[in-house]
Amino acid sequence: MSGEDEEMSYILATDVGSTTTKARLFKYTEDNEWRYVISGEAPTTVEAPFEDVTMGVRNAVGEIEELTGLSLLSESGIVTPHSNGTGVDLYVTTSSAGGGLQMTVAGVIKTMTAESAERVALGAGAIVMDTLSTDDKRRVFEQIERIRYLRPDMILLAGGTDGGTIRHVMKMAEIISSANPTARLGRQFELPLVFAGNVNAREPVKEFFGDQFALAIVDNIRPELEVENPGPARRAIHELFMEHVMSHAPGYGKLMKWTDVDIMPTPGAEGMMFQQLSKLYNDNVLGVGLGGATTNVYSVFNGRFVRTVSANLGMSYSICNVLKETGIENIVRWIPFKIDPTEVINRLRNKMTRPTAIPQTLENLLIEHAVAREALRLGLAHHKFLARPLRGVQVKGRDIGDMFKQISFEATYLDMLRINWIGGTGGLLSHAPRRVQSAMMLLDGFQVEGVTRLAQDSVFMMPHLGVLSTVHPKAAVEVFDKDCLVRLGTCIAPRGEVDLDSETTIMTMDIKIDDGTVMEENVQAGTIKVIELEEHKKAMASISPAKGYDVGAGPGHTFDAEIEGGVVGIILDARGKPLNLPEDEDARIAKLIEWNKALDAYPERILER
Amino acid sequence: MSQAYTPGLKRKEETLIRKTRMLPIPGKIIVGVGDTVSLDTIVAKAETPGEPEIVKVCANLGIDPEEIEKYMVKKEGDEIKENEVLASYRALFGLIKSDCISPIEGIVESISAITGQAIVRRHPKPIDIDAYIPGKVVEVIEDEGVIIETYAAFIQGAFGIGGENHGEIKVVSDSPSDILTEDNITPDCKGKVLVGGSMVTAGALKKSIELGVNGILVGGIMDKDLTDFLGYRIGVAITGHEKIGLSLVATEGFGQMNMLEKTFQILKRNEGNTACINGATQIRAGVIRPEVIVPLSGYDVASLRSSDEGPSSGMAPGTFVRIIQEPYFGDVGHVSNLPSELQNVETESTVRIVEIELEDGRKVMVPRANVEVIEE
Repeated sequence: MSGEDEEMSYILATDVGSTTTKARLFKYTEDNEWRYVISGEAPTTVEAPFEDVTMGVRNAVGEIEELTGLSLLSESGIVTPHSNGTGVDLYVTTSSAGGGLQMTVAGVIKTMTAESAERVALGAGAIVMDTLSTDDKRRVFEQIERIRYLRPDMILLAGGTDGGTIRHVMKMAEIISSANPTARLGRQFELPLVFAGNVNAREPVKEFFGDQFALAIVDNIRPELEVENPGPARRAIHELFMEHVMSHAPGYGKLMKWTDVDIMPTPGAEGMMFQQLSKLYNDNVLGVGLGGATTNVYSVFNGRFVRTVSANLGMSYSICNVLKETGIENIVRWIPFKIDPTEVINRLRNKMTRPTAIPQTLENLLIEHAVAREALRLGLAHHKFLARPLRGVQVKGRDIGDMFKQISFEATYLDMLRINWIGGTGGLLSHAPRRVQSAMMLLDGFQVEGVTRLAQDSVFMMPHLGVLSTVHPKAAVEVFDKDCLVRLGTCIAPRGEVDLDSETTIMTMDIKIDDGTVMEENVQAGTIKVIELEEHKKAMASISPAKGYDVGAGPGHTFDAEIEGGVVGIILDARGKPLNLPEDEDARIAKLIEWNKALDAYPERILER
Repeated sequence: MSQAYTPGLKRKEETLIRKTRMLPIPGKIIVGVGDTVSLDTIVAKAETPGEPEIVKVCANLGIDPEEIEKYMVKKEGDEIKENEVLASYRALFGLIKSDCISPIEGIVESISAITGQAIVRRHPKPIDIDAYIPGKVVEVIEDEGVIIETYAAFIQGAFGIGGENHGEIKVVSDSPSDILTEDNITPDCKGKVLVGGSMVTAGALKKSIELGVNGILVGGIMDKDLTDFLGYRIGVAITGHEKIGLSLVATEGFGQMNMLEKTFQILKRNEGNTACINGATQIRAGVIRPEVIVPLSGYDVASLRSSDEGPSSGMAPGTFVRIIQEPYFGDVGHVSNLPSELQNVETESTVRIVEIELEDGRKVMVPRANVEVIEE
């Protein structure tokens, strides 16, 4: 396939999700650009009694047929190429059905090769069920029990630098072998194992495992302590995913024949689009896919891409795990009305048992949005744990001052002041009744600092565009920029704590809009406000924070930045970062109401009752 | 038009139940097609590979890994007893000696000259699978399991804990709205499956354990009571593995929720009969709901419909449904209209809706996503 064949006129993409199969149709228009046309959705049919994902794909594509009048399906699948109202020129798909790609990873040292292995598996789009290492504080029999219990789709084994001792990685191999894990799909399937450790251990590993696993041997992910080499292992994971996992899942054999392009794990494809966003604007990006079962966080910071998945943080299936992790007090603190916490817990429990239900009352919408803030906060905390410099590396030229700042060598390299874009996707963010609600959730959940553009996926099509970008980058980028990326606006939020009631000015600014309009703003501590500036309109802002506050040029220093409008506008957030909510319940609720009113985030009747 | 998915819970006064009883690994099937089984009949057996034990031979003997073969007393494939010598080091005419003994009984599986370790695996452990329900074996899946059919009353709950259990049904609440408290639990409840009303308290659960109650069926449970009882907070709805001595099925959900009148009446009519219950719940793709099966006798099973014929066929006017979100959470009624156009709800979301006539005659509109079909 040429990949960028301008003769193409229609492209169809699907995402086979755990519960819903989502089809999106793209068209090459008379303006010589690719645009999104329409969606079709249907329940995923991976489980009994159907056990054939292509039925769900047919149903979703069938909706598109009904809505467009195009004829896209035949007995043998998707009709290609397009001709006279029939078929499409390209069909691509992603999948996370049946829980996506679930992996167990192992390395020798927890904070070195095991951590690198975890990053690589996550970067490939997997859910990491557990990370084992020789120093993970578990006894051997506990590790063996754990491996036997997990039933992964694949194992990644790393360990040792090239040329070093092979004894330790062989010990991990022994543990894995003696556990004799079963593939999730059943004992009759060969369990794939990727070995990406010390080059000298390749032959012993091969000999030791024999035919116990479908073994793939690739280059070491940590050939030297100072180097992380994720590419070969990541590619092997993708290949084995197609060859050993997807091909055995119900109906995938058929689906693989429908498409010329490899099926990608949904989070892998989603991550590609956040990388695309970073490339498009040459900026640092933080992205989140807030789903029903999992929360995926992506960062591209100074060119380095990291993905993490919090497998048990989500807004439906996993909503009570958010509750468990954060505690009811942290959820209730975001709710702008009085409610018995016991009642909130029971409602969350009922959402857990009926995960497909949606809020009908404003009360329940606000409760879910409160949980979302905590899911985002916890997801980012998890992400920061892996988005950090390689550990175990000897830092050359460290002086005594650095020694006292040792923590800085261990902490995340993500600096919220240097994040230029934050993007969100997933049902709850995409379907928030008012776009400003998503913006508020991102601001509070991520504690956004400095000057940051906010965006979100319009109708959940980032995974579709991610897999499309592997064969037709032009189409993927054009649709992404014009139809997928909803620009919410720019947030300006000084770093530094504030006294919410002090009424002192903590930031002044001059804003010069492209059309010549000039505005001056004085922003008081503890307030948040929005200035209207439409999507695609730009302005220059000269921001002067008060002493001790930082918007990007250092505490108290004026920062000049280009800002961009959006469906929400320019948000001036002077509530303090980190935001400290009042402990007194009445005072806290009063502040939440004031802020929500200032942004017109919810109908007044829920805020004034 | 593709079929809209509507989740459903089954509640059948009389139906044909087909239960597949599978071994976790291939094994031996003990029964044959046509056999009549009781709930505790063993239908299949298998042996799981024993747990391995990794023994640090070289570290124990103070030798290099490459020397390991020289000092092994046992070889790969040999049987070994607990505390028997696995490897032995002798030097200086026996003046320096040390032994490495096996901490377990089993078979020597491997010896590594790289790691200097040996793996000893325990003998396989037997697994027995019982029938769980009384009935007739209608199919044998070679080496894997059997399918058993029985005629029964069948109720699916919203949430449960504890695995498979059984016992005689005893109704301890006067109405579906009563709260099941410690006072309702008396010594004669031992071994029974108790039917309560709208809720069970943590105190009642604890007393039930003390007195040996096998199961509790109620409308709802407060999260706090469940957490107090279990001693931990559940994160995701994957249950059934709790070793608590009883199984609990909440038919409606969390909070104080009246058990549906008809559900209560079905259980009341079956008082004295044996109920086979399973609290296992899995809210994921491929959902598993907790269940109550009350086998009935004297029916010709061949002529009856099965309860697991597949998913709900969706909603139509007249379909009996339960509302699963506020402001009408827990209310039941019949679908009176399915408008095709999208409508705004209080949240300002635009969604497809359904009109329901509640049992008290009120007509209410709710998002279609917020109902579950009660399949009767």
